Amino acid sequence: MSGVNDFAFKMATVNGTGSASANGLLMQAIFRMGIPVSGKNIFPSNIQGLPTWYEIRVNRDGYMARPEQIDLVVALNTGTYERDVAAVRAGGYLVYDSSWPLDRSLIRDDVQYLGVPFGQLCVENFEGDRPRTLLRNIVYTGTLAALFDIDMDVVGEMLREKFSKKKALLDANFRAIQLGHDYAMKHFDCPLPIRLERMDATRDSIVIDGNTAAALGCVFAGATVGAWYPITPSTSLMEAYRTFGERYRRDPDSGQRRYAMIQAEDELAAAGMVIGAGWAGARAFTSTAGPGISLMEEFIGLAYYGEVPCVFFDVQRTGPSTGMPTRTQQGDLMAIAYASHGDTKHIALYPCSPAECFTMARDAFDLAERYQTPVFVVSDLDIGMNDWMVPRFSWDDAYVPDRGKVLSAADLENVKKFARYTDVDGDGIPYRTLPGVGPKGAYFTRGSGHDKNAAYTEDSDAYLELVDRIARKIQGAASAVPAPEVFRQEGASVGLVALGGTHGALREALDLLRAQGIGADYMRIRGFPFAAEVADFLNEHEFVFVVEQNRDAQLRAMLAIETGVPRDHMIPVLDYGGLPLTAGRVVGAVTAHLEGAAV
Amino acid sequence: MTSIVKPPVKHPSLPRNALGLTRRDYEGAMSTLCAGCGHDSITAAIVQAFWELDVPPHRAAKMSGIGCSSKTTAYFMKQSHGFNGVHGRMPALTTGANAANRDLVYIGISGDGDSLSIGLGQFVHAIRRNVNMLYVLENNGVYGLTKGQFSASADIGSTSKKGDENEFPPIDPVLLALSLGATFVARGFSGDKAQLVPMLKAGLLHNGFGFIDIISPCVSFNDHVGSTKSYRYTREHYQELAPVDFVPLRKEITAPAEAGAGDAMSVAMHDGSVVRFRKTPEDYNPRDRDVAYRHLRDHQRRGEIPTGLIYINERSQDLHTLNKTVARPLVELPYEELCPGNAALQELMEEYR
Ligand SMILES: Cc1ncc(C[n+]2csc(CCOP(=O)(O)OP(=O)(O)O)c2C)c(N)n1
Ligand code: SF4
Ligand SMILES: [Mg+2]
Repeated sequence: MSGVNDFAFKMATVNGTGSASANGLLMQAIFRMGIPVSGKNIFPSNIQGLPTWYEIRVNRDGYMARPEQIDLVVALNTGTYERDVAAVRAGGYLVYDSSWPLDRSLIRDDVQYLGVPFGQLCVENFEGDRPRTLLRNIVYTGTLAALFDIDMDVVGEMLREKFSKKKALLDANFRAIQLGHDYAMKHFDCPLPIRLERMDATRDSIVIDGNTAAALGCVFAGATVGAWYPITPSTSLMEAYRTFGERYRRDPDSGQRRYAMIQAEDELAAAGMVIGAGWAGARAFTSTAGPGISLMEEFIGLAYYGEVPCVFFDVQRTGPSTGMPTRTQQGDLMAIAYASHGDTKHIALYPCSPAECFTMARDAFDLAERYQTPVFVVSDLDIGMNDWMVPRFSWDDAYVPDRGKVLSAADLENVKKFARYTDVDGDGIPYRTLPGVGPKGAYFTRGSGHDKNAAYTEDSDAYLELVDRIARKIQGAASAVPAPEVFRQEGASVGLVALGGTHGALREALDLLRAQGIGADYMRIRGFPFAAEVADFLNEHEFVFVVEQNRDAQLRAMLAIETGVPRDHMIPVLDYGGLPLTAGRVVGAVTAHLEGAAV
Repeated sequence: MTSIVKPPVKHPSLPRNALGLTRRDYEGAMSTLCAGCGHDSITAAIVQAFWELDVPPHRAAKMSGIGCSSKTTAYFMKQSHGFNGVHGRMPALTTGANAANRDLVYIGISGDGDSLSIGLGQFVHAIRRNVNMLYVLENNGVYGLTKGQFSASADIGSTSKKGDENEFPPIDPVLLALSLGATFVARGFSGDKAQLVPMLKAGLLHNGFGFIDIISPCVSFNDHVGSTKSYRYTREHYQELAPVDFVPLRKEITAPAEAGAGDAMSVAMHDGSVVRFRKTPEDYNPRDRDVAYRHLRDHQRRGEIPTGLIYINERSQDLHTLNKTVARPLVELPYEELCPGNAALQELMEEYR
């Protein structure tokens, strides 16, 4: 139950009013107090004026999934008052702006109402509409600091860092924080039973979003060409690549760039640019979301069949079509695994957190070049855009990029005749050359039928030899993609299977189930094609629950296709409304099924 | 059908360029296009231009989309890497390849279907970005490979082989390129190699997007009476507006300026080579976009097809100049120059606490 260092609260505001930075400030302050914390931004596809929520969960045990219940709501959007009041758990708190009276219909007798005249305080203390609107967020931050016992020194330090160069703003923010804090201290019984106490559990962690982490991974992996077309929720990945590029990839003497980033005219072009750059020998990538993947499909097939390395980040959002662009989902799993017409199958990596976005960006480039094929990092909005507390990143300076089988001019000297698409080593992976290397290395890349010499063909046998080799090559990657992570418990009776950002909810669900006497094993799949262990895990259990965030049980279908395990061996647990998964959802589905099965 | 390889025949008597290579060294696989197809003549002109420019074949990259025209990259320079991509998307592939390796000579071959319908967006944006490449549009007014449908460059009133009349106004790629700010705009005719070769050479050396629209009759589907992209129609309405000579950097400029109205205007390319205009009308200035536009429209109104190097901006800045990319190709930068290393990462991590 909720209590010290174990509670959740949320801010209900209107987007475009500056609440995002105040909410970030709150989360970071808690983090700096050494307490595990997570934040989820539930925002509209809109620039200004629509409702937005920010949920913060504090948990001393490190459970970071979306919280099951909300202990306190800061309701600052009159437009959503009703649902925000309803969102408070019984016995919880509602902080509202008491500059105006609250409608009687909004009064619940199982909720404590904490009215603070935020608007009035701002009008009395600050000049101008915009500053008043913005500083209202800082005032409620001060109020929450008092209610939760957030260390005011920490908050002060953060404000000083943020506004170190803007004295006037710094003063105004300090004043606002103090106003909210003092009001709460004077009028309420501070701190509340849900409050914070310093811990030492975040020393080795950072707070970062997955898109930033992925971009950082690209820079460290040596990616030099990025092409993209803006789309939520992937845009911030390329923006971060730009930021890091400017910081780390400017020639110290000339100021010239050691990277090229091109904002393409659409996703088709972005895919083409990345494939062109990969063909020429660069580590190249694009980032997009479902609608972009749909547009890229023809090019993806070209890269697959022409065997060109390239990396795609798909930050999934809720589909189909434009769907809900600011809500999360795992709806592109199948679209990516078998993207493009004809027989295709692609290497995909499934990060579960920003930490894995960082490492899997590197893995993606290695795999793309080793297997000469498109590689997809399948992230989602929750991972990509929300701030996650993850272990601090490190980089192995001994890392050497795997550039795959590329023949240099010197290598070509020793080759009798270069034949681009022959299986020299028996692993299905041919040797390639980069344009410019020398006359002997020249070959013709095409999406039309070609034989092992890269010459045009319409001959069945030559065609079959090539596509069958590619199939073997891609299947060979099953043992090279990150292996599944398997958690076993003694006496486990059931198995759970999932991938990606639902990991936190699953770990928590395992503990909750165990508390109910249900032992469960859990496998988190990290790559496609599936490693052999994946089928083993499925077969080891009488049946498994496949937990995923889409309507049609795509992961389950892929497991059935790829492993031959019958579908009815895999019970789907589906959560696809667009919000991050909660542990309770998993526990509920599992127990309901087991009870049903027991009857 | 598999691709046809030409037998390697040594001809000791063939003339050699500065690299000691003969024209044969710039040829490719045997063409599988229809006999008499304009595209094959363009291929021959391309071979000649690269040979005369002494470009080492392996330092060139041949890019194309899909169509009879796009197939031709297989028919020249077998010692160059080639990339025959997807329909209408050659510009993106070339942009990416060029971003990665700026040191190669990029030639992109496309058709009027490839460039003006499915690939119009990519064509337009490659111009905007001024990607350093030569873009050859082999323009026959039809979709050759899919057997004779009208393309977006077919003129109003021109008829198809089956007798249908085209009712939609054509897109003129030259006017389009000019209006988009292209830095090198030319038009040629597949049947006039003497004019094509110097233009191709100038386009290859241009620092930025060199665009050549080449009328290239399709003998199978669009060479009949009633087609404005037929050999006959083109020959009759052909106007050399701005014919050029091309004098590469290395060769001494000895030829004296020809006499006559407005001739001998010289434009220096970024590498010091010179493009020299012959016989341009007195008031024609190929550096002035407005003048070029006016001339084109005037000729067009008279039903003429103005050819030659129509516009050039010799101070053109390509994508890399605009991006301020390092001079060395990105593909040649050693990994150590790309990875900030763990020490930098640890410093950065402090900002995420
Ligand atoms: C996505 C896609 N749509 C349609 C086609 C079929 N197609 C192949 S070539 C072509 C038209 C080519 O016309 P053009 O570019 O003018 O070349 P030409 O054959 O006339 O030289 C079409 C429509 C294709 N290859 N890909
Ligand atoms: S169909 Fe037309 S364009 Fe195609 S090869 Fe034949 S003549 Fe040339
Ligand atoms: Mg055509």
